[in-house]
Amino acid sequence: MIRFDNVSKRYPGGFEALKNISLELESGAMAFITGHSGAGKSTLLKLIALIERTTRGQIHVNGQNVTNVNRRRIPFIRRKIGFIFQDHNLLFDRTVFDNVALPLIIAGYRHQEIGRRVRAALDKLGLLSKERMYPITLSGGEQQRVGIARAVVNKPLLLLADEPTGNLDPALSFEIMELFERFNQVGVTVLIASHDVGLLDRLGYPVITLDHGHLAGSGQQSS
Amino acid sequence: MMRARRTRHQSLHHWSATLRRMLSPRTWVTRHAQVALESLGRLYRNPLATLMTAAVIGIALAMPASLYLLLNNLDRLSGSWDGQASLSVFLKDTVPGAVAGKLVDRVRGWPEVAEVTLVTPEQALEEFRQRSGFADVLDTLDENPLPTVLLVSPAQDHADPQSAAAMQNRLQALPETELAQLDLQWVQRLSAMLALAQRGVLLIGALLALAVLLVVGNTIRLEIQNRREEIVVTKLIGATDGFIRRPFLYSGTWYGIIGALLAWLLVETGFWLLSEPVRQLVELYQGSFQLQTLPFVLLLVLLAGGILLGLLGSWLAVWRHLGAIEPS
Repeated sequence: MIRFDNVSKRYPGGFEALKNISLELESGAMAFITGHSGAGKSTLLKLIALIERTTRGQIHVNGQNVTNVNRRRIPFIRRKIGFIFQDHNLLFDRTVFDNVALPLIIAGYRHQEIGRRVRAALDKLGLLSKERMYPITLSGGEQQRVGIARAVVNKPLLLLADEPTGNLDPALSFEIMELFERFNQVGVTVLIASHDVGLLDRLGYPVITLDHGHLAGSGQQSS
Repeated sequence: MMRARRTRHQSLHHWSATLRRMLSPRTWVTRHAQVALESLGRLYRNPLATLMTAAVIGIALAMPASLYLLLNNLDRLSGSWDGQASLSVFLKDTVPGAVAGKLVDRVRGWPEVAEVTLVTPEQALEEFRQRSGFADVLDTLDENPLPTVLLVSPAQDHADPQSAAAMQNRLQALPETELAQLDLQWVQRLSAMLALAQRGVLLIGALLALAVLLVVGNTIRLEIQNRREEIVVTKLIGATDGFIRRPFLYSGTWYGIIGALLAWLLVETGFWLLSEPVRQLVELYQGSFQLQTLPFVLLLVLLAGGILLGLLGSWLAVWRHLGAIEPS
């Protein structure tokens, strides 16, 4: 699903966030990226979602080489990826329903289809009773679940999450991770950046460790 | 290998479904209608700001429109004048009254002539006596110094300067004529002035159109800045530039439409306020002139202009500022 071949990313100004990274994530797998802050976790995810472009190396996503893909094709590639952010990135001037519906509206779905899919996603995340509420009235955990609903409503093959539990307490964090596991069980490839080492230990998925932009290790996390 | 083939198949399926969805005409039309209504709703929720922007556009559009109407009316007014008193033919002293009468009938038969009026020396003297206030002086004259005059009005389609000059030559060539005089100069001057004014209206119109463009552009720029976060989020979840552009272009179009309607209202009100004094003024001159109000076509032109400028202004803002907003 995801393959990096000798990928480096240097930001304007000279900071090298990723240095010569090669890795592969099988379709249908679930894995974590960890490392200290500034190690390059977010950069790695942003390269996959084409929010940042590589300086050197090649990236394949879902069998397609996206390294030098034309700017105008980026939206269509992003539609096949569900991205979950630490700060949710919800739109506060519209309801939960409208937030979750946004990817479908962008993709041009019909009205009835949008209603059906949004309710299915909200139902899966236990938010059906909150569809008319505004995000600001929800708790942090609920807001994050709205973010996840928005990421999965389009039935993407790949879910990327950047510190999805960064602002949540341990119990809520575990709950969110369980949600990701459930999506993984139905075939969605999941890649999560997290520095919550304790949580990763309990879950026991493959972990990619970054250290100052280098690949420090990859494999089962062991304490 | 197997996996690669399956994912390629999946992605192909996904693509064809997306393509079918996007090309479906009903979806396309409803989507545009939705965005248009959404943009209108956004303007409606900020009525004061919307009205202020629309009013600036309205005033800017109303000015050239009313100037154009004013000129149009002046043009019609001058047209109705130069048909009346354009040629005076002074006959020789030796021409007797009966011959002058026959001459009137002959000239009246010409195709380029609308009306001929005979003014005998006696009539002219009487008129002069009444109007000039020199009655006492005139009484001291022992004979009437005034000649017989034919007042010739050209027909509607021979009222232009060239035809009038040709008619002057023809009248001058008559053996009875002492002098055929064409009061062309003031008509020419007026028409030159009107041409100048029309050019001026075009110039003012162009400048004000530029102003409308900048006003719309600036308003849309502010809106883009206000909705920066939303733009970033929608880009992150796969919105194309077209999708993001669309609501702003519709906002600009609505500003243009509302502005054009306001302009129409302003012009109509202005002319309604002017119509009574104009009627009184015209009555003083015993004229039958009537102020022409806004023709329906001009409303359409205003609307088309408003839409065009609104769309163009928002395009400028979108083109200039939307590209710079990228998620990071």
